[in-house]
Amino acid sequence: MNIVWFWTLGVMLTAYAVLDGYDLGVGALHLWLARGNEERRVVLNAIGPVWNGNEVWLIAAGGMMVVSFPKVYASGFSGFYLALMVVLWLLILRGVSIEFRGQIDHELWRAFWDAGFCIGSLLIALLLGVALGNVLRGLPIRADGYFQGTFTLLLNPYSLLTGILSLVVLTWHGCNYLRVKTEVDLLLRARCWSARLWSVVVLLVIAATAATLTLGPAMGRNFRLHPLALVFPLFTLIGLIGGFLCRREHDRGAFWSSTAVIVGLLTSAATTAFPNLLGSTLDPSYSLTIYNAASSPHALRVSFIANIVGMIAVVVYSTYVHRTFSGKVKLGDHSY
Amino acid sequence: MSEAVFAHRVQFAFTVMFHYLFPILTMGLSFFIALLSTVHFVTGDKRYLAAARFWAKIFAINFAIGVVTGIPLEFEFGTNWSRFSSFGGGVFGQTLPMEGVYAFFLESGFLGLFIFGEERVPRVVHWLSSVGVAAGSLLSGYFIVAVDAWMQHPVGYELDPGGDVHLKSFWAVLLNPYAGWQYAHTINGALLAGAFVIGGVGAFYALSHRHRDFAELSLKMAVIAGLILSLTQAFPTGDLNSRNVVRYQPTKLATMEGLFRTEKGAPLAIIGMPDTENERLIDPIYVPRFLSFLAYGHFSATVEGLSIYPRELWPPVELTYYAYHIMVGLGTIFIAIMLAGVFLLWRRQLFENHWYLWILMLALPFPYIANEAGWVVAEVGRQPWLVYGLLKTANGTSTNVAAGETVFTTLGFAGIYAMLAILFLFLVGRVIHQGPEVENLSAVDPGR
Repeated sequence: MNIVWFWTLGVMLTAYAVLDGYDLGVGALHLWLARGNEERRVVLNAIGPVWNGNEVWLIAAGGMMVVSFPKVYASGFSGFYLALMVVLWLLILRGVSIEFRGQIDHELWRAFWDAGFCIGSLLIALLLGVALGNVLRGLPIRADGYFQGTFTLLLNPYSLLTGILSLVVLTWHGCNYLRVKTEVDLLLRARCWSARLWSVVVLLVIAATAATLTLGPAMGRNFRLHPLALVFPLFTLIGLIGGFLCRREHDRGAFWSSTAVIVGLLTSAATTAFPNLLGSTLDPSYSLTIYNAASSPHALRVSFIANIVGMIAVVVYSTYVHRTFSGKVKLGDHSY
Repeated sequence: MSEAVFAHRVQFAFTVMFHYLFPILTMGLSFFIALLSTVHFVTGDKRYLAAARFWAKIFAINFAIGVVTGIPLEFEFGTNWSRFSSFGGGVFGQTLPMEGVYAFFLESGFLGLFIFGEERVPRVVHWLSSVGVAAGSLLSGYFIVAVDAWMQHPVGYELDPGGDVHLKSFWAVLLNPYAGWQYAHTINGALLAGAFVIGGVGAFYALSHRHRDFAELSLKMAVIAGLILSLTQAFPTGDLNSRNVVRYQPTKLATMEGLFRTEKGAPLAIIGMPDTENERLIDPIYVPRFLSFLAYGHFSATVEGLSIYPRELWPPVELTYYAYHIMVGLGTIFIAIMLAGVFLLWRRQLFENHWYLWILMLALPFPYIANEAGWVVAEVGRQPWLVYGLLKTANGTSTNVAAGETVFTTLGFAGIYAMLAILFLFLVGRVIHQGPEVENLSAVDPGR
């Protein structure tokens, strides 16, 4: 059951990264991609009806972590206190930027929220990567299971690298999403950006993989023990190749390629960390694992059943919502 | 209380009270939007659709701020209250993800459909999406109240030797006896606030001679729903909720009533100022024996006073006492306002009586105060416990977060929330200024 919950959280966070990932990416890129109010509105309406639902995956994943691995939630969240508060502020900034931009018809008003949307999205994408990097690298967790994560500790070269990787991959993903949702000029520009970003993604994936393997001998261990898990990095590889093949046309293919890259990267990261959730750099025995940080077996079982039923319903109706709003964006009366 | 504990409490209190301003109206309006949309679906009368659309605009602004200010609260369980999460996450946390999974997805998914999808989905789906938004909003409230109810009255757990709690019964936690009436009282309060907002905006239009049809519809709906809701706010929901307080939380009861000495045939203090040093009320007005009757159903019952408990188990007396008296006092005034409204409606004077319309318009903020005050009673009155009888608030905080960090981020939240509040008032004010869409107001759907 502990292993099932580990992968459930993995799936939740991956789904969040894929779904909210594209709207974060759209936010990070739109200042450079979309010109003029009309194009900016197209971009906003591409994500308008869905961004809120996408963000709910993060909230649901947080709630699931409380119930399944409360000690990890306690340690990780309190340890990352300041960083998480900054993320919260950025989430607020970003959310209101999307919703309030179109409320007043004035150039300066729109310019302000466009910038807020961009900065919020960009920094969130970066910080999520930084957090993941620190989790993989290990944290100075003490015997009581807690640590104090100051910015000087968190912003180390390795996690900055994973942060930049996260930012670039999500931007590429968002760019591919816009290729699916837009037409004419915007589409051509998005294709151009997508091809550029692809090459940066390739470089960063190679750099990050190398950096991760040199972190310590334990990093590749799970892949040696379970060679089947190599299918995860294979996803990334296929996604990268797909991204190259689809760089000029096949916009949907490009979107699925970046999706595969994100899925591959996150599942590989999860495999690398397993069974640790938060590894300790002070003493491996202080690490919080899926066993010593979990709720009681009964709690794990019950909450799994309670949530999986709901998740199936969620997948069904989020698919319906995405389908309803599929296709190229058309601006109407009720648009952003 | 140490600096750090105080800072954590201030941060949570501030962020949760600001956040709750928005769910009050999303829960309150969602029901009325679904009602209007249902009437439109059944009769095809476009006026109801125009009204539903108008309120959906205000709902959407509310919802956006509700979402962005709600995420910090879930985070704070881990960031500020890590020892509490670690202690009981497997138990109280059961309903937390369910809120996201069952309610919140429903709400946000269908809101998108209702607002943006009108031309893209069949009529029946558009109608159902308004019902989905309401179901999601109201359900979401239950899962959150269930978490709070567990903190008020922990059930369905067992203590392990390490001092943490483990889940024993999921159903006991989900169907906590404390949660039922607390939820009913909470939702009722939100719906009442919704009625006051609808009535207040209707009164504004009536007084400014604009959107006559819309104003009359709003006023009629507001006073009828408002009268029913203001009565059910007191009885049965308020009454039965406080019976649970009597049963499970004697110190909270004594504090909110300002009862220092245990008394047989205890009086109910209508007003009076608590003097905690000398354990008495200053200038009280009492209804003799009435507290005994409210708490136990007969006039000579004994009610426990605060003085039989050691001082360190007392909740903050003044805050709890005043919050409770403000809530009950306002609740009584609400009944009077809505009663007068229904009387005027019956005498066909509701739309012309300027005195009454002014009162109804200016009453708009007060249900918010009553709702917030109710939560202050519930949460401050629970002190010094975080989980009643199991975990003290001072033992639930994160020890690896310094007071300085919490003060810094609280100031940050204060700044950001001040900006949100200004934006919110400005944007909602603008929607109200623009008014509902007037095109084809009396036309009936050609499709019908």
